[in-house]
Amino acid sequence: MTDFAIELIGICKSFGPVAANRDVEMKVAKGSIHGIIGENGAGKSTLMSILYGYYQADSGTIRVGGRDTRIRNSQEAIRLGIGMVHQHFMLVDTFTVLENIVLGAEGGIFLKRGLSQAREHLKQLNQEYGLDVDPDAIVGKLGVGLQQRVEILKALYRGADVLILDEPTAVLTPQEADHLFRILRTLKEQGKTVILITHKLREVLDITDNVSVMRAGQMVGNVRTCDVDKAALADLMVGRKVNLQVEKLSREPGEVVLSVKDLHLKDHRGVGLLKGLNFEVRAGEIVGIAGVAGNGQSELLEVLAGMTEATSGEIKFKGQDLVRTKYRQPKAAALRKLGIAHVPEDRSREGLVKAFTTYENTILGYQCDSQFCNGLLYKRSHLVSHANALIQQFDIRPDNPLMRVGLMSGGNQQKVVLAREIHANPELLLIGQPTRGVDIGAIEFIHRRLVELRDAGKALLLVSVELEEIMALSDRILVMSGGEISGEVVGKDATASELGLLMGGGEIH
Amino acid sequence: MPRWAQLTILPALNLCAAMLVTGLVTWLIGENPLECLKLLIHGAFGYGEGIGYTLFYTTDFVFTGLAVATAFHAGLFNIGGEGQAYLAGLGITLTVFAFDKILPFWMLMPLCIIVAAIFGAAWALIPGWLQAKRGSHIVVTTIMFNFISYSLMLYLISHQLIEPGSQNPTTREFGANSWMPSMQHIGAAFGLDLPSTPLNATFFLSIVFCVLFYLVVWHSRWGYQLRTVGVNEHAARYAGMNVAKIIILAMCASGALAGLASVNELLGSTHRMNVDFTNGIGFVGVAVALMGRNHPVGIFLSALLFGALTQGGMDLSFAKPAITREMVWLIEGLIILFCGGLENLFEPFLAAFFRRRK
Amino acid sequence: MDQYLSILDSTITVSTPLVLASLAGLFSERSGVVDIGLEGKMLTSAFASASVAYLTGSPWLGLLAGMFAAMMMSLVHALVCVTYNGNQTISGLAINTIASGITPVLALAWFQQGGNTPMLDDSARFNDITLPFADKLADVPVIGQIYSGLISGHCILVYLTFIIILPAVTWLLYRSRFGLRLRSVGENPHAADTAGISVAKVRYLALLCNGLLCGMSGTFLSVHQTGFFIKEMTAGKGYLALAALIFGKWRPMYAMLGCLLFAFSDAVQIRLEGVPLPFIGEIPSQFIQVIPYVLTVLLLAGFVGRAVAPKAIGIPFVKSR
Repeated sequence: MTDFAIELIGICKSFGPVAANRDVEMKVAKGSIHGIIGENGAGKSTLMSILYGYYQADSGTIRVGGRDTRIRNSQEAIRLGIGMVHQHFMLVDTFTVLENIVLGAEGGIFLKRGLSQAREHLKQLNQEYGLDVDPDAIVGKLGVGLQQRVEILKALYRGADVLILDEPTAVLTPQEADHLFRILRTLKEQGKTVILITHKLREVLDITDNVSVMRAGQMVGNVRTCDVDKAALADLMVGRKVNLQVEKLSREPGEVVLSVKDLHLKDHRGVGLLKGLNFEVRAGEIVGIAGVAGNGQSELLEVLAGMTEATSGEIKFKGQDLVRTKYRQPKAAALRKLGIAHVPEDRSREGLVKAFTTYENTILGYQCDSQFCNGLLYKRSHLVSHANALIQQFDIRPDNPLMRVGLMSGGNQQKVVLAREIHANPELLLIGQPTRGVDIGAIEFIHRRLVELRDAGKALLLVSVELEEIMALSDRILVMSGGEISGEVVGKDATASELGLLMGGGEIH
Repeated sequence: MPRWAQLTILPALNLCAAMLVTGLVTWLIGENPLECLKLLIHGAFGYGEGIGYTLFYTTDFVFTGLAVATAFHAGLFNIGGEGQAYLAGLGITLTVFAFDKILPFWMLMPLCIIVAAIFGAAWALIPGWLQAKRGSHIVVTTIMFNFISYSLMLYLISHQLIEPGSQNPTTREFGANSWMPSMQHIGAAFGLDLPSTPLNATFFLSIVFCVLFYLVVWHSRWGYQLRTVGVNEHAARYAGMNVAKIIILAMCASGALAGLASVNELLGSTHRMNVDFTNGIGFVGVAVALMGRNHPVGIFLSALLFGALTQGGMDLSFAKPAITREMVWLIEGLIILFCGGLENLFEPFLAAFFRRRK
Repeated sequence: MDQYLSILDSTITVSTPLVLASLAGLFSERSGVVDIGLEGKMLTSAFASASVAYLTGSPWLGLLAGMFAAMMMSLVHALVCVTYNGNQTISGLAINTIASGITPVLALAWFQQGGNTPMLDDSARFNDITLPFADKLADVPVIGQIYSGLISGHCILVYLTFIIILPAVTWLLYRSRFGLRLRSVGENPHAADTAGISVAKVRYLALLCNGLLCGMSGTFLSVHQTGFFIKEMTAGKGYLALAALIFGKWRPMYAMLGCLLFAFSDAVQIRLEGVPLPFIGEIPSQFIQVIPYVLTVLLLAGFVGRAVAPKAIGIPFVKSR
């Protein structure tokens, strides 16, 4: 019987009505690399946060090295030998590598001694694990791969035997990812245990010994990696579910409304976020973009909505070149005037002003439109009756146009955004995560309205992490992975396992 | 917590806290706090001349309060009201010197008002531009610009604009064409016998601007964009608003409003420009805006409060030689502390109280 | 030569309170808390130290009182900014305004001198110290002149500031555990928090150091320089110290240089009053007075190098879970 480094038994954790972890069981063998995969919102991060002491489980047992323990905060986790490498690094950019590693464990008032001790220890760690970093380099100037190494060194410096890595390759180039895997293998050889949270099937199959699959808060599979293949994992990950039925007449799509050619977007470091996208959206069709969050879908929406400038490539809307044209007003405003509307992914951050009333939010983005603004001042009664009309049409509750939108439920907030954008009668509607945080009844309503738009001959580009939504609504589905389109599937022929494979970066045979 | 409570009870509680601490200090120096309070109230409202002075100061504070509030609505902290008012004074002086023998009152006065606004706006434009385009923190730049304005104006007044033959750093008296009619004069035209105070027609102008402020901020396109940028810059960008332009315009509007306070001082009261005539009205504007929660009604009431404190405090310091005029600064500082820094202090208790009542 | 020495001499004297206040601001801002209240703390401590020095006859007790008064105000600032997560700028403004109000009120009530405190006897002041052999060496060319004219003849606080406090603060900030944690809290408090450091505790400690140094600064003004407290005597020096801190990019040695530069321009301005220069003529003193402020604005605008503030400054720390 193998020794288990970590055992999680019957872990339950709820945030209000949402059950993030339901009766989760997981056993991590000592000296192994253990993968946890699942879609967004499956509960992986919550589970690991419990292990690392950020959250307390509502019920269940945690065993570390065979002994029952309580982990109340991250200090206790560190003492038990559990170290975490966060997805968003917890590093001080202006400090050197050495200073970052030593922070919080300086070993005395005099830094000099602590730093020289650390330097020695670092040399040792480098010899043992091949983690080569210049201790005097300024962290802010290091590449992302090296910064990650610093995070790993931080955990090892504090004596971690179990290392949890949360989506470590999300920010790495393929070469940096390979380096990381070599390091992980070395760690394993030296007897460390590694838990790897990821959604990339290729990685799981490449490097892990065992895999746990989570879905909707539950553990749906604990398998040995050698016993499964990509298809099997994809199946477990997305499950076999009944498609949400949406009445959709099959239509012949009309002319091309949006055409994207060789679209590239690089961030300020030069890392490619969008790598040569090519696709079209026609009038009267819904094109769904599927994929796990963080593969470039958000960036694509922002570029199409005019909030980010593309690095290179061509975007044509009804024949008009959007990339090369210079606009006098901010691009987002110009695109609205052309007939592109945008329901943003993060409605509370961008799509609404929570402190404003409903009627004030119904003109957000259209505040200078002549239908609202005749002359210098708004006519408040006019705005209020407009809001009332939208409230009626979209069944927004509470039906008080003077109420602050921040007090509404998520579903009703989303309806406000949708109502506003649909009312603008756009030729192209860009929508991100339309039903995130929305209750079932509102979901059906929103889906119906989107299909109505499509039937009226408008073009829709839908980005969603919810596979059922994509499969129910889309005429065509494009799957994005790693900033590229990994595959295209016709809507009614799509299966969950096919899509799951494409989402994990695989290929359909 | 209901909105009306937020606008009235919370500021009132903060005021009480400030008064309590002041009362403590008063007691510490051996005076009777209640007696002092009575003297203060009487000095502010107890007799005609006192009321006149109170309202005169109120006018100043309404303008500087509106100025700070305009910037606040855009999420900016404009501490530069002093410098902006000071430069507006320069504009007024130059205009008067150029035209007070040539233009009649009904042309000169509006011209002076416009120039005051422009000069005030110009002095706020540079910090605003630096914040919008280069990310320079507006608090530090406006503080620096205040100091630059002090030196600049001291130089101009003592070297260029000084009244020939005078020993004091002050300009010559402005021509009568530039004098804002005093309340006494206006009253006389209606058969009322009002006491002679600096209170003048600018007071009505301040009320007009309160109304304008309300209309623009909450009912106009520009005000909508202003408030959006102030509350949620991401949503503003999503909505296609030109955030940099809005920040710069907000600062200009703020500076212009601060500049109008100089109209009250120079054209309504002293009829000449003295060094340091602004005397802290910019900073009182911050307290007024904070206490008035950036709403014109609240601002007017807070300005009235501070006008009363200023005038009452003066009378108090005459009646009680042991108390200096600077006592008002103490109250003002405490109000800034409670209404601005510690505004979350009373909120949980009050909110719990309202929840229990439901 | 004497002229130059005298300008440099007064530069050192004028810069001392600036350096102390600047270092005080350094502690606060490096830990992530904006501090525009230096002015008010200097003023309060100037008053407190002058009063106690007068009442007890001891400048050292005055110094203690000044430091205590300033520390109390720093604690208020800490309460508002760290515990209540309030607006840090407004808190600083409040402290300045309260100080401007309370000091003349108390001064008038306790001393009846129009808002000032009574003049201190020589024994109750920090006086200029003549270093050993200064008189004998006064005639030695260059070295002797510098020693007796420039280095000797300052009060103990000057020597304390430049010889002990400045190096100590530099060491503390860059070579001690406290300094490392302080800087981490100002750059990335979440990283510090994850590393097990209490962000609140570090900021409170930083603000206590801030009060201590402001107290020394104010004491210098009243118990040494003028010999009594005058209403509004700081006259913008607190803002000048803040400007020097920013100009010095939040580093102790550079901040000191900034203070020296500003103090130098102040000394030069007094000397140049009414004195015509070749080609240019008379430079109005106000033009020289503005130089520190204009320089700071240029720096902030990015025209004179870049001033990068501690990354987390001004943002109240709320644990993100």
